[in-house]
Amino acid sequence: MIWSKNETLERKELEALQTERLIATVERAYRLVAPYREKMDKAGISPSDIKSLADLSRLPLIKKQDLRDNYPFGLFAVPKERLVRIHASSGTTGKPTVVGYTAADMEIWSECVARIAAAGGASSDDIAQICFGYGMFTGALGLHYGLEKIGATIVPSSTGNSEKQIMYMKDFGTTLLVATPSYALRLAEVAGDMGLVPREDLSVRVALVGSELLTDAMREEMHKAWGEDILVTTNYGMSELMGPGVSGECLSHNGMHINEDFFIPEIIDPKTGEVLPEGEWGELVVTCLNKEALPLIRYRTGDITRLSYEKCSCGRTTCRMDNPAGRSDDMLKIRGVNVFPSQIEEIVLGVSGLGPHYEIIVEREGYSDKLTVRVELARATDSFRELEAIEREVRGKLRITLGLDAAVKLESPNTLQRFEGKAKRVRDMRKEDKK
Amino acid sequence: MTVNQVSVFIENRQGRLGEVLHVLKENGVNILSISLADTTEYGLLRLIVNEPERARDVLLEAGFSSMLTEVIIIKVPHTPGALQNILALIAEKNVNIEYMYGLSASANDASIVMKTNELDLALEVLRAQSIGTMSNEELMEL
Repeated sequence: MIWSKNETLERKELEALQTERLIATVERAYRLVAPYREKMDKAGISPSDIKSLADLSRLPLIKKQDLRDNYPFGLFAVPKERLVRIHASSGTTGKPTVVGYTAADMEIWSECVARIAAAGGASSDDIAQICFGYGMFTGALGLHYGLEKIGATIVPSSTGNSEKQIMYMKDFGTTLLVATPSYALRLAEVAGDMGLVPREDLSVRVALVGSELLTDAMREEMHKAWGEDILVTTNYGMSELMGPGVSGECLSHNGMHINEDFFIPEIIDPKTGEVLPEGEWGELVVTCLNKEALPLIRYRTGDITRLSYEKCSCGRTTCRMDNPAGRSDDMLKIRGVNVFPSQIEEIVLGVSGLGPHYEIIVEREGYSDKLTVRVELARATDSFRELEAIEREVRGKLRITLGLDAAVKLESPNTLQRFEGKAKRVRDMRKEDKK
Repeated sequence: MTVNQVSVFIENRQGRLGEVLHVLKENGVNILSISLADTTEYGLLRLIVNEPERARDVLLEAGFSSMLTEVIIIKVPHTPGALQNILALIAEKNVNIEYMYGLSASANDASIVMKTNELDLALEVLRAQSIGTMSNEELMEL
């Protein structure tokens, strides 16, 4: 279902709305946020130079580091008293990035999430179990408010205690699951351990998975685990931009519709910063419109994707972005080859006899890099021939896709670590060696 | 007659074999014979035990990739060349032997565990030559 008429505006109408909001946003940021003023002055551009969408690319880019440098509230455009909520992203290195919301921002956020949830198959009749970690992370509360706006019944079960999660699902009749794809798969495993068959004993009909990449292969795993009939859609967002709600997949499974009346997307070459034409892969840059507390202009998301403005069969006219092919900072350089962990995941999931869990290990061996992929056997065997065939298949596919020779390590089931939040599947020991 | 062997995948990591044996001990499973074939990275452990189904189940529960495999246990008389004769007959029928290992020796014969690609064909050959094979029931009595 299409939640808002702003998802079906004619391009001209939408651009007029974006232009008006962009001009106001830039003017406000310049006036109220010192670091923006400094950046724009340094670039020799003033708010009055911004007259149309074409002028957007003249504005300076900002990065996560700018948020860190101005920790905690330096980029905020409102006094602290006007904030109604603060979230932060976990900072594995250094300070976390802090984001804030005014009451009006919360309204926009709920509206945007309601749209992507509706596009992804949610309805007011759903009992929605939110298995994202509540807390400073925006994922759980973002989906919470958006689904509540739609009129769904929220079960804020958070992460952890998977047996209890399954008990709630069964006893409450949960119809909609919000989780990372890997946790959704883990929950199906746990249900199996409890003697339940998810497709028969549980009522989950929609999975809104996010906060982790949903590959086609992972989607297939979801169907194997939860039943052919389950609707699996994914969505995109990040706390800096607002949280979930930036874009979401519709039932056509053909990219994620961006809420363009609130977010203007651009694709840039991550090296040069130059804006790339429609359809080319590059780093996603987003300008947030109408955001009061934290007006981000040309924010570098670090996600590698591409845009399409072609009309979608679902009826929405908004621009679609592809599932990110990786993060510009997750990208591994192995023997000079650019490798995204998602490429390896796709391969592992496509090999029969293996489970969906894996670990990528990169080490330095002499002057060269060594790539090892650890995988779990999904079915028992008495035959070395079968074990060797699995290894050979993974190695062969890695060579074809990446052009790299890798070692494949078979492990017993349940050997690799399971994650309830974002999975950490890469161990790059080269960094440790350097220390 | 065939018997059920328990096959277990184990990584070549210190203590992994010990873990399997510990699970079996804790569950009172008696091991009659054991064979471990390995590569540099992993091995396949093959066990003849008194309770194969239960052994497989407790190992699965403990997180080991384990399954039952049908194998033949032949009783080979203590005569030089006896085993070679049997194998020659099996080879004549184009049956491949995938692996073999010893089970036990008695006063009259030695029992050997054998896995072939065509179990029925192999059994036919053995029956025609009146070569004894062991049943699950006989195993339980060992």
